[in-house]
Amino acid sequence: MTTRQRASTSARLRRLILHVVSTIIGVCIVVPIGFGVLGGFKDNGQLSTNPLGLPDPWVPGNYTAILASGVFWRQLGNSTLIAVATVVIVVGASAMAAFVFARFVFRGREFLFTLFAVGLMFPFTVAILPLFILLRSMGLLDNPLGVILPQAAFGLPVTIIVLRSFFRTIPGEVEEAATLDGCGPFAFFWRILLPMARPALATVSVLAVVASWNNFMLPLVVFTDQNWWTLPVGVQAFQGQYADDTARVLAYVVLSMVPALAFYAVAERQLIGGLAGSVKG
Amino acid sequence: MNRSAGTGLRTDDAPAELPSAPPAATRQRGRRARPRLGRLGTIAVFLAPALVLFLLLVIVPILVAAYTSLFKWNGFNLPENFVGVDNFTRAVEDPVFMGDLRRGLILVALSLFVQLPVSLALAMLLNQPIRGRAIYRLVFFAPYVLSEVTTAVLFTLVFSPNRGLSTTVFGWFGAAELGGSVFADPATVLYALFFVISWKYFGFYMILYLAGRQGIPKELTEAATTDGASAWQAFRHVTLPLLGPTIRISVFLSVIGTIQLFDMVWVLTGGGPIRSSETLAVTMFQYGFRRFEVGYASAISIIMFLLSLVFALLYQRYVLRRDTEGALTTRGVQR
Repeated sequence: MTTRQRASTSARLRRLILHVVSTIIGVCIVVPIGFGVLGGFKDNGQLSTNPLGLPDPWVPGNYTAILASGVFWRQLGNSTLIAVATVVIVVGASAMAAFVFARFVFRGREFLFTLFAVGLMFPFTVAILPLFILLRSMGLLDNPLGVILPQAAFGLPVTIIVLRSFFRTIPGEVEEAATLDGCGPFAFFWRILLPMARPALATVSVLAVVASWNNFMLPLVVFTDQNWWTLPVGVQAFQGQYADDTARVLAYVVLSMVPALAFYAVAERQLIGGLAGSVKG
Repeated sequence: MNRSAGTGLRTDDAPAELPSAPPAATRQRGRRARPRLGRLGTIAVFLAPALVLFLLLVIVPILVAAYTSLFKWNGFNLPENFVGVDNFTRAVEDPVFMGDLRRGLILVALSLFVQLPVSLALAMLLNQPIRGRAIYRLVFFAPYVLSEVTTAVLFTLVFSPNRGLSTTVFGWFGAAELGGSVFADPATVLYALFFVISWKYFGFYMILYLAGRQGIPKELTEAATTDGASAWQAFRHVTLPLLGPTIRISVFLSVIGTIQLFDMVWVLTGGGPIRSSETLAVTMFQYGFRRFEVGYASAISIIMFLLSLVFALLYQRYVLRRDTEGALTTRGVQR
């Protein structure tokens, strides 16, 4: 056997092992999700006797009942409203602040920027109690603003940091040219900087949507009125309510996954690019 | 060399180094000329929304938490019963709190020595051209998109004793009776929890490593292989050191994430059985929102905050310093 043949055999073997390992892990990931999707089409009797196989017969009733009930749609609408409002506020406020931090020189700039940067260390968990008391005294419990504003506030640090470093990469000549052409800072920001920063804005928006969509603790404490529940709170409550009806809960879980997966399919590039970009030194 | 943009955004392919980029001297002059723009009014208007939101909804609550942690307080009216650091000494003597710390350390250790290496290995494998690579990546990353709550509810049902999947799967290994009880047994619940966390997050770390790997020029590993290095040697001596920044960040994210772990535990186990899966955040939530011992709960949040902060600062000081500039401190951002 020549060296080259031996090399190609070992390469083929490596590739085979690689496929086997990837497939095993892939199966571990797909099976629970598949169990959910198929389980939603079973009745509870089928789930006890046959948790793994295909439904026999297929029972679409769990899914259709949820889709017809309105509760699911309202929670979907609440999650969407809250996510969109959060993104508009956090990206708007961050872009303005990042513009100042990136392109102005003034006393106290580094102090303020550091203040925001240290905010990366503040999770909801730490502030949730006083935040709850504060929202209560401002009358924002059972009000979507009670979730939107804190989410936007806690999203500021990472958004500002990402946008500021992006804004800094836009050459000073562009700004000088704009100034010579009579652009004030507002016009420069609105008509030149933001359009140029579109990829970065898309990335931070996607990250903010995902964070808002998945937030659980804040809506959990802010909304006692069921009409405001978001999907994560709704899913958990549904499980509590129908604990004995596994098939129905599976259908609800699966339906609540669909919007997230659909969003992922659309925003994949931005999401993965943003994750990769946000940790690269 | 001007490295001022190194706060986190990718710097390699951003248009920072445009061919037209002027030499450093001109750039410096350009920057000094800019204060003409820097009128205070403009600055104030642009900064105000972010600053107001941040001060009111982030800084003030943290300060309030620090203040209320010094009181015995049920969360209503104003705190009056000043107890000093009693809440903190109570925490140190509280077996639940100390258990939270121990469980946190176990989870961190499992993440660092199991989850991250597996993600790294998989990323290295998937970096090679194999058929179906795109599908593998898509599948591995999908759980990251699902919320922790959805994931947790799904796995509650997967591990449900009567109708769950786990009974069947454990049955193949002759341990069907174990299948439904891993979350009900204090001895196994933490490892079951770790399994679900890994299920959700390892794709995230894999994508990080993949991105880091793709930032390493091919020529380097090729050169090593040409010089007679085995695949393992090339990985060990070329790829791994160059992946350093990515790995160090992933460790950081993993530790910080573990300190604040809440959603998954709350939904999967509620901290049970008999508090054997409680985390700091769950304990805080229990005291704050269920038992209305807001003072004690605030003390726990402050401890969580200090743990994160001290870890972050030490990590930044001793580990991350060579990779990132300005993420936590401003050193290096500004000359």
